[in-house]
Order: sequence, then structure tokens, then C-alpha cells
Amino acid sequence: MSTRHTRVAGRLLVAPSVVLLFIWMIVPLAMTIYFSTLRYNLLSPGEERFAGFENYVYFLTDPAFKTALLNTLLLVCSVLVITIVGGTLLALLFDQQVFGRSIARLMVIAPFFVMPTVSALVWKNLLMHPVSGLFAWIATSLGFRPVDWFADWPLLSVTVIVAWQWLPFATLILLTALQSLDQEQKEAAEMDGAGALSYFRYMVLPHLARPITVVILIETIFLLTIFAEILVTTGGGPGLQTTNLAFLIYSQALLQYDVGGASAGGLVAVVLANIVAFFFVRMVGKNLEA
Amino acid sequence: MPRTQTLSRKAIMTVLVWAVAFLIFFPILWMVLTSFKTELDAFSVPPKFLGFHWTLENYSVVQTRSDYVHHAINSIILAGGSTLVALVFAIPAAWAMAFSPTRRTRGTLLWMLSTKMMPPVGVLVPIYLIYRDAGLLDTRTGLVVLLCLANLPIVIWMLFTYFKEIPKDILEAARMDGATTAKEIVFVLAPMAVPGIASTVLLNVILAWNEAFWTLNLTTSDAAPLTTFIASYSSPEGLFWAKLSAASTLAIAPILVLGWLSQRQLVRGLTFGAVK
Amino acid sequence: MAPIDVRRMDCARLAATALALTCAMVLGCGKESAPADKSGGAGSESGGGGGEAGAKLTVATVNNGDMIRMQGLTSDFTAKNPGITIEWVTLEENVLRQKVTTDIATKGGQFDLLTIGTYEVPIWAKRGWLLPLDDLGADYAVDDLLPAIRAGLSMDGKLYAAPFYGESSMTMYRKDLFDKAGLKMPDAPTWDFVAEAARKLTDKSGEVYGICLRGKAGWGENMAFVTAMSNSFGARWFDEQWHPQFDQPEWKKTLDFYVKLLKDAGPPGVSSNGFNENLALFNSGKCAMWIDATVAASFVTNPKDSQVADKVGFALAPDNGLGKRANWLWAWSLAIPASSKKADAAKKFVSWATSRAYLELVASKEGWANVPPGTRTSLYENPEYQKAAPFAKMTLDSINAADPTHPTVKPVPYTGVQFVAIPEFQGLGTTVGQQFSAALAGQVDVDRALASAQQAAQREMTRAGYIK
Repeated sequence: MSTRHTRVAGRLLVAPSVVLLFIWMIVPLAMTIYFSTLRYNLLSPGEERFAGFENYVYFLTDPAFKTALLNTLLLVCSVLVITIVGGTLLALLFDQQVFGRSIARLMVIAPFFVMPTVSALVWKNLLMHPVSGLFAWIATSLGFRPVDWFADWPLLSVTVIVAWQWLPFATLILLTALQSLDQEQKEAAEMDGAGALSYFRYMVLPHLARPITVVILIETIFLLTIFAEILVTTGGGPGLQTTNLAFLIYSQALLQYDVGGASAGGLVAVVLANIVAFFFVRMVGKNLEA
Repeated sequence: MPRTQTLSRKAIMTVLVWAVAFLIFFPILWMVLTSFKTELDAFSVPPKFLGFHWTLENYSVVQTRSDYVHHAINSIILAGGSTLVALVFAIPAAWAMAFSPTRRTRGTLLWMLSTKMMPPVGVLVPIYLIYRDAGLLDTRTGLVVLLCLANLPIVIWMLFTYFKEIPKDILEAARMDGATTAKEIVFVLAPMAVPGIASTVLLNVILAWNEAFWTLNLTTSDAAPLTTFIASYSSPEGLFWAKLSAASTLAIAPILVLGWLSQRQLVRGLTFGAVK
Repeated sequence: MAPIDVRRMDCARLAATALALTCAMVLGCGKESAPADKSGGAGSESGGGGGEAGAKLTVATVNNGDMIRMQGLTSDFTAKNPGITIEWVTLEENVLRQKVTTDIATKGGQFDLLTIGTYEVPIWAKRGWLLPLDDLGADYAVDDLLPAIRAGLSMDGKLYAAPFYGESSMTMYRKDLFDKAGLKMPDAPTWDFVAEAARKLTDKSGEVYGICLRGKAGWGENMAFVTAMSNSFGARWFDEQWHPQFDQPEWKKTLDFYVKLLKDAGPPGVSSNGFNENLALFNSGKCAMWIDATVAASFVTNPKDSQVADKVGFALAPDNGLGKRANWLWAWSLAIPASSKKADAAKKFVSWATSRAYLELVASKEGWANVPPGTRTSLYENPEYQKAAPFAKMTLDSINAADPTHPTVKPVPYTGVQFVAIPEFQGLGTTVGQQFSAALAGQVDVDRALASAQQAAQREMTRAGYIK
């Protein structure tokens, strides 16, 4: 219930953020749109010429485009599922009163602290390498042939690495949200004879609905433009199996300093991201209501 | 009877919790262990767990070769500064959107998030050119501004979520007691929102700390944070695992400390003791 | 009232942290306003001669061992040139290349000295971005530079970047394994010999693999090796009209040979193995042969890093008798942006870092084996160097056998042995590299990979305007 006084105050308080973000968005966006209509290569300055939609056509007719799109969606969806399901379970687990809880909690959140490049390198070479990695050693000790992760299951390997990095994010948000669950209601439910499962289904889940929505939205934004992990582990390969949209823009445009192409690619990515976000919002939108 | 059950249940839970934590933490543990090995030991097969020759040579090499302290201070300034500035704008905005929502609130929130949809690779050159012309290349101010703006939507969203959890009755009670808007925020809202603000701060600091794309491209030496420090240790020609592990361990150490310090703020019991 | 006290304490803690951060920021901002104005040219070079007061040179460099060693020896330079300070920015190769290129193309002015390679120099020199280095001092002895390297870094006879480090590629093999199998590696082997030996020496259950080669996708990773290899099979990237040649029999032979050899005699995980992964494998005794950069020789013979340090022999990169061997040519060199306002100071540094005196300095401090290789003839004529580095002769021969101006058997419109010195090559090379890496991983067959490469190259070259 907002009075007129609070509404005006509200608008004033929101205004600075909106203005800042608007400027931050509009200036680079305008430049990007402008560049995307040019044939502009950094290595040939002064030779820019107007090219209309040429860059877009080139980017969209790239045989790798459809694969990149598919990989992007696969990567985002699988990491989302893993982190949300895993995050919820971990949040429930770490909500318990156990001995040394703070240290254990810090350990679970720790993967998020490490730089993405470094975690990717650690996973690739110290853990997943089929000759000198830890997994290979475990496999051979048990009598199995080691799995060549990045050759046979490249997208899965990248997914595992990214999910490991983002699990703490989901866990932390959901755990903090769990903390605000009303204890009295919980005790009341227990006294009414509700089992753990139905308590979870009817009391915890609805309470977590909004944080889960936020996690989905924020993670999607970041996961759509995953780049560093792919660059460092597979370089988009083998073939195109781990090339996502961001990496395609990099390898097709930025690597050869084709600013026009990179801008066009970036705008295509923005449009696609908006479409994806639209669908997500439709699905979970009601959780955003006041 | 009930007490024994709770005890054994607690024991099982403890074991389970610690097992899961250990599994998730393991790659980092492995990295830290590797930082104390010689390069030869670092990739030996079968891998050596604890029975290797422990050495500090990697840390000394890393310290003599690059200026860890300079980079660490830059990281602290960039991450901390951008978070602080973001909070200044975000707390009022999130308050307004959580407690005085209008028809436009949801749209505004979603629009804010959409400002993050452009992949950085696509917009690198325009930003680089703007920064070059504004003289902001390789300056801490320039990067604080950029990181703040890049993460502002996230901060607003997270704060919005936590503020929504706060029961409205408290605020109503305060208002009826005659508190103005400002007092409402500072004396009633803020203390209750501490766990939410704390976890937002922690996550945003981490996001800014690990932000590698912009920091690598827009800084050279003056404002170079730890991400640049790490970039000089990854994938050179030659063996580098142990040194990279040492550099990374040094890079995450401050964050671990921050995470540990903010543990209290993330613990329940703080606010609801006061409320009840 | 415990809860409220606790709450106050935590609020106080948060406030204290915030205050501390603000102080740090203010202090940091304060430090920033100190005159470190690079773009404005605060270190004025007006008034010639030595001893410019307060010139700070920012050097962008790659993080390999030789450069790091140079960083450690900076005090020698600053002692000889008071008034010049050096700021080092050390980065991994791909990041370095991107930053440096963006900087010079947009005239950002962030760097005073750039470490670039034989790929960038022809392209940038043509665009007038680099300062010609023809006045580096009387005792610089520019004729002492190895001819192949000098050719790769010059345009119209003028040197545009001073070579700091040069390499080619060669074959490294395990003498003990060869002896055990009764094989003898000739100084200049053929591919057929190498393939046969590799298959004979492979013992997969014993974790010894006949040959380790690069497979990781990237224009400077697998494509560097495969392009050089293709030269020895008579193949070329483009014909004189810039039409891609992946549909020709020479490329099919190359790729077939490469994929089959690694399938029979290569280690697992080969499609994501780059230089470092192969180095680790060789050093832990798992490879009988390894064809890669000559600089690897100093790593594999270093007892601190290698388990097989005393068992390594060297030979030239293989060939097929067609006149070109499978070795490449690369040099890291120091260059000065044409728009630099600190040209004199920068030239002094370039002269110091790439002179004969510098080689002697490194030798005196760390021994001849650690001297940056591959730049000067005098180094290879030095008996002390030959003694300390058993791989010296093979390195020199490999470098001299590479000709960047005529890299292939058939005529081509481009220069570059393991790359094509056009700006589009980075992206195109990576795309093709991805296809070849997929063929290696068994995801596509060789014909598909070649067809995709051909299509991608055709598309790219048409767009870039090479194909009329």
C-alpha cells in the first residue's frame, strides 16, 4: 500500500539508478549499432565504408551459427538445472545445525571465488586430463580406461566446470532466503504431523520461489555469454561442439579485429537473449509480483 | 528418547554435510596443494597427495616476479569501490521498488537486467574508444565506474529480492510511529536486511574481483588488478602448474578472508531476535 | 539485551569495513593523480642526447622464460641509463596480442615497447604503425642477425622490429628407446621413417607413445604445426589468386597422414594437447618422439623439470623429399609504435635488450644454456654456447632451413612459414584448426574436415576481398 508521498519518494529514489543505467546502455549501444553497419576493421583504420546489413547477413549465414545457438541454449539450460536443483538441496543441507557449519559453508561457496580461467585450467589439466589428471588415475586404479573428457564429451565437460563455478551462487542466495523462513510456522507444521516432504513442498518451495526466479534470471544473463572457460579448455572445438554465440563472435570477428562483424554479432546476441528472457519471464513471472 | 534421536541424526547430518563440502571444495584443495609442489611433482602420475617434497619456491618466484601487493590493492579498490558505489544507488532504488511498487516496477527491473545482455566481446571496441578519448584507460576510477555499472542491475535485483522478504508490518508499525522515509530505511529496514545486504555485497565483490574481460582489456599497469596478475601465469611456454596454483591461491586469499568475516552476517538469528 | 548489542556490533563492523574501503579508494585515487601521463608524453624527449629525466617506458611482453629473465635483469639497463624506468606488463600470448593490437590500432598510447612476432610485423609495418629501427647504435651489429629471422622482421630492407628470441621446430627423440628397438634416427629424417619408427615404438599398455604432436585447436597451436607439415607435403593455403587449396590432393595427404599417425601412435587426449601438455608428457617419459619448437630442447634437457633429461637426441623436422621441411620460423621481437613520443628512450632499450652484450650478460648470470636463442650468428659460433647447449647446431640448421618469403613448394602470394601473414588468418586459422582437431578426435572424417575448411576459407576470403 503506497501513499502518494511514498510513491513520489519512490520515483526519486529509483531515478538515479535508472538514469545511470540508461546512459551506460545507450551510448555503447548506439556506437555498436553504428559500427555494425560499417565495414570497419581495426587493422585497416581509415578504410571504413558503409555496408548496410552485410555484417548481419554474414554472421547469420555462417554455417556455425545454428550450432552455436544450440550450444548456447544447451549450456545455459543444463547449468541452470544443475545449479538450481543442486543449490536447493545444498541450501537445505547447510541450513542444518551441524558442527563446524561455518567452515563447511565457506568450503561450498569457495568455487565461486576462483577466477573462471583458473578453475577451467585446473579442471582441464589437473583433474580431467586423460593421462596426467586425477580422474584418469582413479579410473585406471579401478581398472577402467580413462575418459578423454574434452574429446568425447566436450560440451558436458564445459557444463560441469561452469556448473561447479555457479553452484555456490545459487546455494548462497537460496540459503540466505531459507534463513528468513519463519521458524514458528515450521514448528506448527511439525506439530500438525506434516512430514518433511510435504513441509518442503507446501511451505519451503513457495517461499523459495522468488529467490529461485532471481537466480534463474541472473544466471541466465551470465551464462549466455560464457567465454573464458571455453577459450581456455577447448577453443570452441572439437569442431564446433563447444562453440557458443559469444565464442563465435570472438573467433569470427574479434580475432581478426573485425569491429563491424563483432558489433553485428553482439546485437544479434542481444536480440536472442531478450527472446530467451521473455520466455523465462513468462514462465516464472508471477513470482515477481509485489 | 527424542534426544538420542536428535544426536544421531545430527551426527549423520554432520558427516553428510562435511562429505558434500569436501567434494565440492576438492578442486580448490588440490590447487592449493599443487602450489606447494615442484613443477615436476605437479603433473606426476600417479598424483601425489601429501607425500611430496613441500616447497615454498613457487610463492617466492611469484612474489619476486610480479608485484602481488600492488595488484591486490587494485583488486580491493576496484571490487570494494564498485560495490560501495553500487550500493549507494541500489539500496534506495531497491527499497522504492520493494515497498512502493508502481505499474512500471516490474518493467524497470527487467529492463535493468537487459542492459547486461550484450556479450562483452561485441562491445569491447566502442567502450575502449570511449575510454581512450576520456583518458580513463588504465585508471582505477574508470574501472570502478565500469564495474559498478556492469553489476548495478544484479545488486538492485538481489536487494529487491531480500527486501521483499521483510514483513511489511514492521515498516507499517514504524511509519505509524511517525518515522520518516529516511529514518525508516536507516533504522528499521537496514538492520533487518543485513543478511541480504551482506550476501549481496559478498557476491558482488566476488563478481568484480573475478571480472577478467574488462580488467584485462582496459588496464595496463597502474590499475591492473589480480586478474592481470594471473594472466601472466597462465599458459606460458613451459611448466607452470605449480606457479599458477600459487598465484591463484594468493589471488583468492583475500576473498576467503572476506567470506570468513562476513559469515556472521549470513547467520540467522540476528534480525529475528530483535523483531520478536 | 544481547541480540541488539550483537546487531550493533555487526553494523559497526560493516561500517568500519566501508570506511576502510573508502579510505583505500581515496588514497588510491590520490596516487593516481601523480604524473604518470602516458598519452600526454610527460617524459619530454626534446633536447637530444642521453639522460631524459623521468621517462617511464611501459613494456608489453609475453610470459615466456626468456622475457621473464630479462625482467629480472632490468637493473643492468637502468644502471646504464639513469632517468629511464621500466614498467613491465607480462601477459599470456593471446591476451598480449589482443591488447597490443587494439592499443596500436586505436593509438591508445598505453605501451611504449611492444613484444610482437613475425606474424604481426609484416602486417603492421605495411600500415606504417612501427618505427623503423635503423639507428640502434654503432655496435648493434645488425648484420649479425640470422638472415631468415631478419627477413621475417623487415620490410623494404629496413628492420622494423628487433628480434629478441628466435625459434624453429625440430624433432626431439628418446635415444634410449631408439637404441632398444635397434633404430637409428638420421639427422634429416623423412616422414615415412618417422611414422614407421613411431608405430614400432608405441606401447600403449606401457604408456609409451610413439609420437606426441600438437592437436589443440588454434591458429598458433595445431595449425602452426599442421601448416608447417603441409609445406613438406607440397601443399599450400592459397594459390596465386588466393583460392583456398584444401580441396587439393596435397592437403588430403597431409591430413590423412597426420590423423592416422596420431591414431596409431599418439597419446590419448591428443585433440586438446598443445605445447605445454606435450612438454609434460615428454618430460615424464611418455613420448618417444616430439616435433615442436626448438625452445623445448632447453626444457626437456633440464634435469630439474625433466625425467628424461639425459636421454634426448635431436634431428631436423621431417620432410618428404620435395624440398621443404616441416619446420617453422618464429621470432619474438621488440618494436616501437610509430606514434611514440619516447622514441629515443625506447630505442635505447631495444638496443640493450637485443644486443650481443645482453647475451653475454645472461650467460654470466645464468649460464650459456639459458641465453635467448635463435637471433645472432655470433652466438652459434661461440664455442662456449655450443658446449652448453647440445641442441644448438640443430636449432641453427632448422632456423636457416626456413624461408618465410618462399615457404612452400608451389608459388604463393603470401609470406609466413606456419601462418599466412594476413590479418584474416587469426580467425580463419582457428576455424580450420577446430575442424582438424575434430578430425583428430574422430568426430568427423578427414574429407568432411577438409570440405568444411575449404568452405570456411572460401567464404572468409571472398568477404575480405581477396578473391575477386
